[in-house]
Amino acid sequence: MGHWIITPVVLPAVMGAFSVLLLRNDLGLSRIFSTAATALLLAITGLLLHAASVNGPEVYFLGNWPAPFGIVLVLDRLSALMLMLTALLALVVQLYAIGSGWDARGKHFHALWQFQLMGVCGAFLTGDAFNLFVFFEVLLIASYGLMIHAGGRDRLKAGVQYVAFNLVGSTLFLFALATIYSVTGTLNMADLAVKLPDLPAGDFALIRTAGVMLLMVFAIKGALVPLHFWLPATYAQAPGPVSALFAVMTKVGAYAVIRCYTLIFPDTLPATGALFADLLLPAAIVTLAVGALGMLGASSLQRLVAFGAITSMGTLFVAIAQFTPQATGAALYYMLHSTLAAGAMFLIADLVLSRRATGSLDQIRPPLPQHGLIAALFMVAAIAMAGMPPLSGFLGKLMILDATRGAQMALIWSAILGSSLVMILGLARAGSTLFWKTHATPGTCPPHAAQPLAFVAVFALLIALAGLTVAAGPVMEWLTLTAAELHDPQAYIAANRLEGL
Amino acid sequence: MELLVAMAVGLMTAVGIYLILRLRTFPVIVGLAMLSYACNVFIFASGRIVAGLPPILSPDAAGYTDPLPQALVLTAIVISFGMTAVIVMMALGAFLEAGDDRIDLEGDAE
Repeated sequence: MGHWIITPVVLPAVMGAFSVLLLRNDLGLSRIFSTAATALLLAITGLLLHAASVNGPEVYFLGNWPAPFGIVLVLDRLSALMLMLTALLALVVQLYAIGSGWDARGKHFHALWQFQLMGVCGAFLTGDAFNLFVFFEVLLIASYGLMIHAGGRDRLKAGVQYVAFNLVGSTLFLFALATIYSVTGTLNMADLAVKLPDLPAGDFALIRTAGVMLLMVFAIKGALVPLHFWLPATYAQAPGPVSALFAVMTKVGAYAVIRCYTLIFPDTLPATGALFADLLLPAAIVTLAVGALGMLGASSLQRLVAFGAITSMGTLFVAIAQFTPQATGAALYYMLHSTLAAGAMFLIADLVLSRRATGSLDQIRPPLPQHGLIAALFMVAAIAMAGMPPLSGFLGKLMILDATRGAQMALIWSAILGSSLVMILGLARAGSTLFWKTHATPGTCPPHAAQPLAFVAVFALLIALAGLTVAAGPVMEWLTLTAAELHDPQAYIAANRLEGL
Repeated sequence: MELLVAMAVGLMTAVGIYLILRLRTFPVIVGLAMLSYACNVFIFASGRIVAGLPPILSPDAAGYTDPLPQALVLTAIVISFGMTAVIVMMALGAFLEAGDDRIDLEGDAE
């Protein structure tokens, strides 16, 4: 694909700078340009997805420097898939932000949005561990801006916490990278995959420490217990569309775990063995439990959905922690589903919040404007999020259960099934307080603008979920090949052309 | 010298973690700065500590020291500097809006 590989990074970067320099005083123009850029990004990622599935992994050498010395971007099936998912979610949520007027409540929304996309796309593409850190920082600094977009006391306080937590995470990331570099002398991921199996036994302890520190960094991103504390407050306080985009940011953590612990630290590595799987699985199961119980006890709709996002990360990490091709395939399917479902749910929560001024679940309030429509959307999204048939969440969970074999089978089955039941209870409680009992309450909510574009965006996400369900067969076939490629990274390593030196 | 560098990294990390666990914004920001200093020294040491040698190949010099950690540390310094500026601005905003500099959230705002 040649130079097309770098366009998902360059296009949002140029667009962000363009919109901050020239369009900052013209909301209409920045809406048009920013949406056009995201749509173009979606088209390009579609092209890259096609190329990656036909040609196999391909490497872009930045500045034409050879692989272990220069920085590389690697396009393989997994990164192409994540790029496409990001672009799709970003386009739809951006339409929602325009339709609901969120982007008019503060300056530079569209510029920050583009910089955020640049960071996320870069993190998915990079084949260099230090460059991964840099793109993490790019996406984080844009997310800080988006998180406090439109301001307000509670949002700023939650924002300070979010930034402080992530700064500690960045420091940990640097400590891990420096340890890896001091042991191996390289930070190129493919080069690490080649060098680590031949590591002398004296360095095993160092590389284990580095691997665990790296896992903690990704656990912060992926909101894995015990490092999930930042998520509920952040997602509950962030503007609705921003929380919906953040649904893909937790997946950056999951992506990094899949990439690093299948490529750099596979369980055949003598230094670490099954160490990471042993750490990841209990944490994932506790995450599931914490998320599901949080949903049951949440005091507002925003917090409920935030805990829903934690639960889906728990389910995802349970599948990832098994590190078998079949479980990885199931995890990828569930990752597609949970990103879209969480995005839709955050948008619906924002629809409710904007009509009622509070998402509180503590008391019954009068019906909303457009009551029936929002209630129906909530119902569909709740079915998707809880993993009930007929939507893709059910298929995803079924595939994860099906891929689970061996000693932990009973534990994993009961954790996933039990948490699903608790999730249904939590969502049913929220739905009945928000929509069902309202007709018995006197009074009406003040009228509200119709916002057709906002509803189109929510519908688009739900249609994407339905499409994922209908096309489960072909999608799963493609994902199975992707998982096989991940667990046999020879093609990925060969694409870096390390032996040419 | 190794012992001195290791002690410096350890001490700054300890101070940083202690300060981050305070509940006020100023100590937390100073703690984050200390932690990033510790991190920068650690990255610098990851290329092995060599005294008095240039980070480039030169026919006049007796040898060279690994240049890559210096490039990495430069990037890390720039990023941590920028991030510290961001958190200072956000902490000021939160202080002006809320009237206090506590970093924890009370129950209802959580």
